[in-house]
Amino acid sequence: MTSLPPFVVFFAGALLAVLTRGRARAAVLLAVPIVGAVNLAALAEGSGFEVQLLDYTLVLLRVDRLSFLFGLLFHLAAFLGIVFSLHVRDRVQEVATLLYAGAALGAVFAGDLITLFLFWEVLAVASAFLILARRTDRAYWAAMRYLVIQITAGVLLLAGVLMIANHSGSIAFGFIGLDGLASWLILLAFGTKAAFPLLHNWLTDAYPESTPTGTVFLSAFTTKVAVYALARGFPGAEPLIYIGAAMTMFPIFFAVIENDLRRVLAYSMINQLGFMVCGIGLGTALAINGAISHAFNDVIFKSLLFMSMGAVLYRTGKINGSELGGLYKSMPLTAGLCIVGAASISAFPLFSGFVSKSMVLAAAIEEGHPVVWLALMFASAGVFHHAGIKIPFFAFFARDSGIRTEEAPFNMLLAMGFAAVICVFNGVYPWLLYSLLPFPVEYHPYTIEHVLTQTQLLLFAALAFCWLKLFGLYPPELRGVNIDAEWVYRKALPAAGGGAVAALAAARRAAVDQTRRAATPLIAAVYRHHGPAGILARPWPTGSMAFWATLLLAAYLVLYYL
Amino acid sequence: MAEREKEYLFDDPRNVRRVIYGLYAACAVALGAELIVARHAEHPWEGLFGFYAVYGFIACLLLVLAAREMRKLLMRGEDYYDD
Repeated sequence: MTSLPPFVVFFAGALLAVLTRGRARAAVLLAVPIVGAVNLAALAEGSGFEVQLLDYTLVLLRVDRLSFLFGLLFHLAAFLGIVFSLHVRDRVQEVATLLYAGAALGAVFAGDLITLFLFWEVLAVASAFLILARRTDRAYWAAMRYLVIQITAGVLLLAGVLMIANHSGSIAFGFIGLDGLASWLILLAFGTKAAFPLLHNWLTDAYPESTPTGTVFLSAFTTKVAVYALARGFPGAEPLIYIGAAMTMFPIFFAVIENDLRRVLAYSMINQLGFMVCGIGLGTALAINGAISHAFNDVIFKSLLFMSMGAVLYRTGKINGSELGGLYKSMPLTAGLCIVGAASISAFPLFSGFVSKSMVLAAAIEEGHPVVWLALMFASAGVFHHAGIKIPFFAFFARDSGIRTEEAPFNMLLAMGFAAVICVFNGVYPWLLYSLLPFPVEYHPYTIEHVLTQTQLLLFAALAFCWLKLFGLYPPELRGVNIDAEWVYRKALPAAGGGAVAALAAARRAAVDQTRRAATPLIAAVYRHHGPAGILARPWPTGSMAFWATLLLAAYLVLYYL
Repeated sequence: MAEREKEYLFDDPRNVRRVIYGLYAACAVALGAELIVARHAEHPWEGLFGFYAVYGFIACLLLVLAAREMRKLLMRGEDYYDD
């Protein structure tokens, strides 16, 4: 093999970015994904770059169809994100970006579990800096919670890996399957990063707190590394079917009532991840192809949506649906590009979601899971509702918020334009994407039935929105926080912890009071005798002392003679 | 806002109405097309006339109405986690 492992290019770029400044650093950033892509194109299938660590051989580069597709995707996502953030002059963000993308590439090309673990941890730490870079108090605490959860997932992964290594002597990262405690630990670690239900709040907590540009990168890498790892380790694991279906369902309810539009997108991300997790659980060639192609399309259209909201936040300083509206007047291009992303995530015919998500649905019905299929359909209508309509509607239309601003900067428009082109290209001509998938594709998205039924589903979902809105039944955008699973660690546990501290303090106070009460008579008695007026503290005349001594001696004399 | 601000597309309520009528028309066409297109169904429910249309409509209705109720239960002030 003549190529380097892809992460090397990005890490070297990060080093260069530390040493340069201004335009030179921007050039380094732009060059990295391009040089990386050239390097990627020269990769041949197979494994290489083996490093000896104690008794284990680490494989830093393993190229097959699955890792190559994710490698390509991450290069593309990094390039789009870097173009989008070209105006940013912030060394922390620029360096963290390259380290983060590099770690994601390291993880998907890792041939063994220990290498995977190492990049897994770099991924967590580098990405945390993109949240910290917002430099607000809220972002700081969100980043801390994010780190605690990510690192805990890493520890679980390491524990599982060590158990497997100890048991089988092999650390190769291949099919793991659900078999024994170690595999469950690893699934839990992957599941945390993939935002499984109840483990998902780090995503909705931290992503919306990042910078306008940081969230674009965050949305691309972490969860997709988890999808890759699940596809590699747990294809066909049945619980994933139901976990995935649950993931498509519950976030859409939160998305409808959430006010922060980037948090709406974060919930919508979990919903999209649900389709992938479900496909991996189904495990057939069609389902895995669906999951992987949807991961590819999701990175691009979710980046596009986060970019459009990032542009809104950058220009207006606002991101709450309750404060926005009517921005199509000042940002028409951003609005149009946002609608392309919205159409793609909603799986409109001719947009990218249409050609990938439907594979998972088809596989669900083929494999005899009609209830799961209905859930996925419900979620498909729901995603159109909250991501397809709500995001563009409340930001760009709805009502005139009075905000007049400028169109997004050129580099932002350019990045959004690239992403939109990919969305439409994959929607119109899916065969290129299909040719890169792990299994040969026999699926035809553009049958007249599929186009018709999907169009019906979406148009009538739009009709429902329209009527709910016209009849005033649609919940207005309100400022507020919606309680989710994070309540446990953000409210209940601190309250319980605070309660425990308060209880201990009260117990201590009670003990002190009790002792003091019990000691009061004693203290009073001592005071009575030894106090200033106490009998024992009184100055005694020397004469009385002599008298008592004489008396004692006399008593002794009497006793002696008796 | 500025007094002589340009009139934008949706400042005219007629244009909003046009969009809504356009949607109605599209819905009618999509539903009507089912009379012409022969569908084969993998699952019995799927074969019912207008299944996707009805399901999409009801799904969104349920979603929004359930979310409205959920809000009563789950919504707190913006600084709920801050104090």
